[in-house]
Amino acid sequence: MKTEILDSVEARHLKPEVPHFEVGDTVDVHCRIVEGNKTRVQVFNGTVIARSGRGINETFTVRRMVGDEGVERIFPLHSPNVVDIRPLRSGKARRAKLYYLRKRSGKSVRLAQRHSDHMVRK
Amino acid sequence: MTLLLGKKVGMTQAYDSEGRMTAVTVLQAGPCTVMQVKTPETDGYRALQLGFEDVKKSRTKKPLLGHAGKAKTTPKRFVREWRLDQDEQVEYAPGDAVSVSVFEGVGYVDVAGTSKGKGYAGVMKRHGFGGFLASHGTERKHRAPGSIGSHASDRGHGGNLKKGKRMAGRMGGVRVTSKNHRLLLIDAERNLLVVKGEVPGPTGGYVEIRTSRTRRQTQT
Repeated sequence: MKTEILDSVEARHLKPEVPHFEVGDTVDVHCRIVEGNKTRVQVFNGTVIARSGRGINETFTVRRMVGDEGVERIFPLHSPNVVDIRPLRSGKARRAKLYYLRKRSGKSVRLAQRHSDHMVRK
Repeated sequence: MTLLLGKKVGMTQAYDSEGRMTAVTVLQAGPCTVMQVKTPETDGYRALQLGFEDVKKSRTKKPLLGHAGKAKTTPKRFVREWRLDQDEQVEYAPGDAVSVSVFEGVGYVDVAGTSKGKGYAGVMKRHGFGGFLASHGTERKHRAPGSIGSHASDRGHGGNLKKGKRMAGRMGGVRVTSKNHRLLLIDAERNLLVVKGEVPGPTGGYVEIRTSRTRRQTQT
């Protein structure tokens, strides 16, 4: 009963539809940024290395290499500031959290491509 | 000024209009029943007595059964009074239901409940004392209160301890009012109130919800 009520209160703040993507996918995250009184959309591109939490608390971690420095950002899945998530390339991942990618650099960071039908078609 | 009785359902999160995540508390508020209307003639002051949540008849004492019977209702577990001003109109009669709709248009509420008991707590936890250093020669008094008075201190009463000196002891389990919670949602269908921030007491604890008196009631 308690969980039911809390879930229904949460449900008002969930996005009606979240694009399907999986751990290992390369995605473009469209992020709304407020600068003073202007808002603009910034795109963060990288590999999804983790998804965690449930309901309104669900987040995903995107990792990308900038130069030879690894950059990770954690996005709340249902945040209104995360405008869009576009999966570009599906990667083969054999575990739920790809934290081992942090220790790798160069060519070994790449994941083998998997041909999945949830990718954005151009 | 409005009172409603309720129960803490639990906490969750919500996004505000600017996309920031805030912690919110969900309260099951009412439906309450008016148990008694107190008037200056009979009771010396004006008030409404509200009751929340039924108790089994077999678990009630006879006087309470009679009291509830006067309002033609069942005995209630949680009963509190809503004090009325001299000139405030009473639009309720005993037996009437009071629901969350009384908070329509209200922007901020105060919530009172019994805080979680912490047991016998030291001064650092109970009163926020600083304690002593972890090292540099400190021995056996890392969380101690320090001096509590001198041999013949004037601040006490000539060698006695000053009254009200903050020391270790029972903490929590007392009535606490947390003020000025933004009222985010009124769900009349399921008698729910969603307020911003945390509210005293455990999940399932009884709370009193009032319109905030110290804050302007503008909903922004």
